[in-house]
Order: sequence, then C-alpha cells, then structure tokens
Amino acid sequence: MGLDANWAVKWLTLCAQAMAEHRVELIELDRAIGDSDHGENMDRGFQAVLAKLGESTPETPGAALKMTAMTLMSKVGGAAGPLYGTAFLRAATAVGDAAEIDPSAWADALAAARDGIVARGKAEPGDKTMVDAWTPAVDAARAAADGGSAGLLGVLVAAAEAAEAGAVATDPLIARKGRASYLGERSAGHRDPGAVSSALILRAAVGAAA
Amino acid sequence: MTVSIVVVSHSAKIADGATELAAQMAPGVVLLAAGGTDDGRIGTSLEKVLAALEQAGGDGTVVLTDLGSAVMTAESALEFLGDPEGVLLADAPLVEGLVAAAVAAQGGADAQAVKRAAEAAFGPARQPAPDSGQAADEGPGAGAPPDCTGDFELVNQAGMHARPAAKMAGGLSSLDAEVTINGVDGASMTGLMTLGAGKGSVLHVEAWGADAERAVSYVGALVQSGFGEP
Repeated sequence: MGLDANWAVKWLTLCAQAMAEHRVELIELDRAIGDSDHGENMDRGFQAVLAKLGESTPETPGAALKMTAMTLMSKVGGAAGPLYGTAFLRAATAVGDAAEIDPSAWADALAAARDGIVARGKAEPGDKTMVDAWTPAVDAARAAADGGSAGLLGVLVAAAEAAEAGAVATDPLIARKGRASYLGERSAGHRDPGAVSSALILRAAVGAAA
Repeated sequence: MTVSIVVVSHSAKIADGATELAAQMAPGVVLLAAGGTDDGRIGTSLEKVLAALEQAGGDGTVVLTDLGSAVMTAESALEFLGDPEGVLLADAPLVEGLVAAAVAAQGGADAQAVKRAAEAAFGPARQPAPDSGQAADEGPGAGAPPDCTGDFELVNQAGMHARPAAKMAGGLSSLDAEVTINGVDGASMTGLMTLGAGKGSVLHVEAWGADAERAVSYVGALVQSGFGEP
C-alpha cells in the first residue's frame, strides 16, 4: 500500500482544517517574535488550496503537491509562502507522476522538501525556524523507512512526532533567521511559529492515512 | 532587443512608484511592477511575478526585489519556470538599483550588464564579490595597471549631476570593461554622483578589459561635449 491521490487530497484538507483550528495560536506565537501574520497567512493559503481542490481533483499525489505549491506561493503573502511553496514543489518533483508513494519515496520527498526550504531561506538547524521541525522529521522518516518494520503509517507517525519535538525544541533557541532574528536574545523562550505549522502539516499527513 | 526589468515589492505602491521613477530616466525600457498580493495586501505574489515575467518576454530580463521574502518569491518564480536563461535576479537596493539598471538597459546593455549596473548601485564602498564572474587577475581590485587611462575636465555648468551620471554609468555598463573614475566604479550612477565633481573638476579614468579604450574615449566624448548641457 502507498500514499495515493485520495490520501493527498485528504491530507491537504486536514492541513486546511488544522490551520483554521490553530490560526489564533499561530498568530499569538508570531506576535511574540514576528509580525503576527503567520496564522492568518497559513489559514488563507490552505483555504485557497481547499478551493482549488473543489475545482478539480488531482490525479496523482505529485499533482496535488504541485498545485499546493503554486497556491501557497501565490496566496500566503509572507515568507512562509515561498518557503512552503518551494517545499511542496520540491516534494512534487521528488514523487514525480507516480500513482502511489511508498515509505522510502515519502522519506525522499520530505528530504527534498526540507532541502528546498533550506535553499530558499538559507536557514540552518538551530536557527529557530521551520528547518528545526523538518530536519528531525526527515531523519526520523528515513530511519523508519529503512527499518522496514514500521510500515507506511509508522513512517508518517515518526515524521510527525519528530517535527513536533523539533518545534518544542525551538523554545530556548535564539533566532538567527527571519523577522525574529531582529529580537536577538529576546527571541528565546518562545516557540517558532513556522516550526509549529510544519508539525501541523506533518501531523495531518498521519490523519489522512489513518 | 532592450532588456526588460521586473520589480518585485511587498507593496504595490512601492513597485509602481519605483517603476514610474525609473521610467522617467529610461522611457524606452519595459518596466513591470509586481507589488503586493493578489488581493491588494502587503506581501508578494507568485502569480503577479509570473505574469510580469511572461509579459517581459523571458529573453533578457532583470528582476529587482525589496525585502527578504520578495527575493524568495522571485527565486521561486524562476524555479517554477525552470530557471529560464536570460532572466537574472539582481542583488541591489531597489530604487537606486532600478534607476541604474533602467538607464543601462536604455543604453542598450545586455541582461548581465544591466544586472551589474543595478548591483554597482550599492556604491563605491562595496567591492565586487570574488565569485562575481569577473576575471580575478585583472581589474581595479587586483592592482594590475589599467589598459587605458584618460583625464578629462568637466566643462558644463552643473558638473556631474544625476543625468550625466546616469548616462555615463549606463554607457559604461554596456561595455566589456571595468572602469573607475576618480576611484569609484564608473558603472555606478550613485558612485559617480558621490564624487561631487563640479565644473572644472578633472575626472581621472582608468579602464581594464577588452573595451578599455572605448570606455575611456566614451567618457572623454561625454565630458568634452558637456553632456550636451551648457
């Protein structure tokens, strides 16, 4: 069994739900160390993805990812637009036009997404950005896929849990990228909103397969 | 074919205003504004950038950006289009870089030269990056003697003000030469303006590269004609 177009549509739908539910939380996090628009931007972006899904149903997971990339880049507005857009675009390229994504291909797609975020945003692990959620998620997914016994759901869960732990681990960090970096040491003691939204996206991937 | 220029800004007003300003000095250049989000908020839009790039034609286009995520959106747009040849991102201050780029494009410079003109607008204090593609063994930074030099006295009343500086920088940026004038980058309009050279001042020109001689005579001809001014 692999991740097919139905799963992708469900995933993106759950992403939109999660962004709507956590909109205020993301706004609050971003208000502390950024410009307080992350929750609103992510909600608007994924609502636009939802609208696109209503217009036409993607035939492959890759097509769904590419449509999401284009939509997020156009509708989000802030830095998260090109960052998530690039992540989804690189993941779409990684999975190609396959009808189903197997666990190893999913781990590769996550790595491609993370590499896209790093290439676009020039952030490194420890800079208190979404990279701090993605990097442990990529490593955990790769390990679970290589282990072989975790199964598809196990790989998705491993990535989500690692991303969630990675987001929590941004609390004490001092931001070195993005708007929060202007705050210097005052950015410590707050969770990075981009790492939190990244974890929400990877958690939704689990829900879509469950 | 004249190089087109796309301006990506977080604000539609900034993009429109900057292109309006540059158009005054470069009426023959296609200047396209991609500012703000699709629904008129502050932010950048991939769709607007893609539309502007399409309108620009994709052959010989230079893109200027403002703050960080405008750069990311512009880069994303190029990635979406498969990194088309002839579309270049300039790392330059938006307004100064745009004016310098537009003037260079007006003077017939190719995309690389227009990009260089924009980036030279950082001013004389900024040294070209070592990986900027220039030959490292020649040019003003390497201490090699210039291939051609000249000294010219400014004869026009107003001296080196904005219009002459734009004209000189634009012309020099289209030549295959590294040129300094009294120590500043000759392809940088803002650099030339910082010289504060009035009537009677002497411009000492040093040029390196294949077009060194042409560059010096270009400056000489402009200066001696008083830039066509009294």
